[in-house]
Amino acid sequence: MTTHVLADTGVLTGRSLRHILRSPDTIITTAVTPVALMLLFVYVFGGAIDTGSGQSYVNYMLPGILLITIASGVAYTAYRLFLDMQGGIFERFASMPIARSSVLWAHVFTSLTANLLSVAVVLGVALAMGFRTGASPGAWLAVAGILVLFTLSLTWIAVIAGLSAKTVDGASAFSYPLIFLPFISSAFVPTGSMPGPVAWFAENQPVTSIVDTVRALFAGEPVGGDIWVALAWLLGILLIAYGVAIAKYRRKIR
Amino acid sequence: MTANQVPEPAIRVRGIEKSFKDLPVLRGVDFDVSAGSILALLGSNGAGKTTLVRILSTLLKADAGTARVNGFDVAEAPGEVRESISLTGQFAAVDEVLTGRENLVLIAQLRHLQDPAAIADDLLARFSLTEAGNRRAATYSGGMRRRLDISMSLIGNPPVIFLDEPTTGLDPQARIEVWQTIRELAAGGTTVLLTTQYLDEAEQLADRIAILHEGTIIQNGTLAELKALLPPARVEYVEKQPSLEEVFLTLVGDTAEAATAPRGGTAPAGKEIR
Repeated sequence: MTTHVLADTGVLTGRSLRHILRSPDTIITTAVTPVALMLLFVYVFGGAIDTGSGQSYVNYMLPGILLITIASGVAYTAYRLFLDMQGGIFERFASMPIARSSVLWAHVFTSLTANLLSVAVVLGVALAMGFRTGASPGAWLAVAGILVLFTLSLTWIAVIAGLSAKTVDGASAFSYPLIFLPFISSAFVPTGSMPGPVAWFAENQPVTSIVDTVRALFAGEPVGGDIWVALAWLLGILLIAYGVAIAKYRRKIR
Repeated sequence: MTANQVPEPAIRVRGIEKSFKDLPVLRGVDFDVSAGSILALLGSNGAGKTTLVRILSTLLKADAGTARVNGFDVAEAPGEVRESISLTGQFAAVDEVLTGRENLVLIAQLRHLQDPAAIADDLLARFSLTEAGNRRAATYSGGMRRRLDISMSLIGNPPVIFLDEPTTGLDPQARIEVWQTIRELAAGGTTVLLTTQYLDEAEQLADRIAILHEGTIIQNGTLAELKALLPPARVEYVEKQPSLEEVFLTLVGDTAEAATAPRGGTAPAGKEIR
């Protein structure tokens, strides 16, 4: 049966991608909040913020906005997974001779596709607002890689939330702290301006290293040690979330 | 991985026990279902019917006992059991965002069958869903949804089908359509285990009826055998009033004939008092 893993995952991914195609509003909804934040920060607060980096404010804050986009996008993954379990289609799949892991991977690949589309929308708006980068193709690739890793880590957290939720609201509530995390990081203002304990938290939480890495890549500057800290965080979160999600799933389907 | 070796009964259940926390739900269930027959598992809400179906369809592990489906042990060879069965759960398990046709194609693809499109068209026609085939399942009525659900279960011709309360929540016509389908299935050689809380449903459909009560099968037999357990029927003369169901079906027309087509012996003019 293992020979069917790829085929089954492909079929099921096609199914949930169709869900997104049928309600493209989820892509737009995911992009609306980050775009609104971007407008607010660039045109209202931005003038008063001194980043000390010498680059335009839209360039400075875009990495954080992209992370917020993904953090709000994965809520839909938890939501879709929860609906599948509620509706009985999950049990139908579980009683069929299909690869067990395919059901989850299909949701993960769908999440990846949907989030990258939302990120593309936000990037488009940022370009219109004056975002410019001299990043080399290699740097772009690195940015894409980091965003993919970030999406995968958060998606597996979303899978845990979707599998353990009791209500629809509960399924997506986990994403609020994730959306909020970039605000207490170097995403919008330099951490140096924050009072001691807050600055300590901001400097040592994962978002700061990720944001600093992406910002440096976009600016064509050396990334330094930040990229390794970012990768360690991302892989660590990914592995733990994946492990917990799979364990929860096993218990669910025996 | 062939799934068509059928030695002895299609379903054999021996001493199945299951508790949730400290609450025993099944306390030693035994029964057989012979190949190509319909067994109705009768029981009130909470009797453990769904738990039993979930165990037989490999969704749940029993605490004790054994169950074989189509010759395969549900605990030791769940993969082979899944190849042999199809489950239609209590709630119609259709993808509402997809069209009826897409739902069927999806299942055919997941069963790795040739030409999913042709299978879908064939089933849509068989279940009078051809016209609705390109509409999203979310727009279907309860009866249509159930028909789609059952037709999805038939894909790949599994030799054993579990139907968990297939007509709960359906209007009378939809119920009759579902009954018709189940009869056709059994006539085609499929073994059907259906759970129900409607006594008339068991009476209409089942070759044998097993009554699940407080975690065990307290009776198992044909309708005639079960009736023989009570003192012989007295013959009383009672004016035969049409039932509300008969009135309703006559008024709304079409599928009504199928409704009252009795299976086996016809009731005498005088109503049997049970």
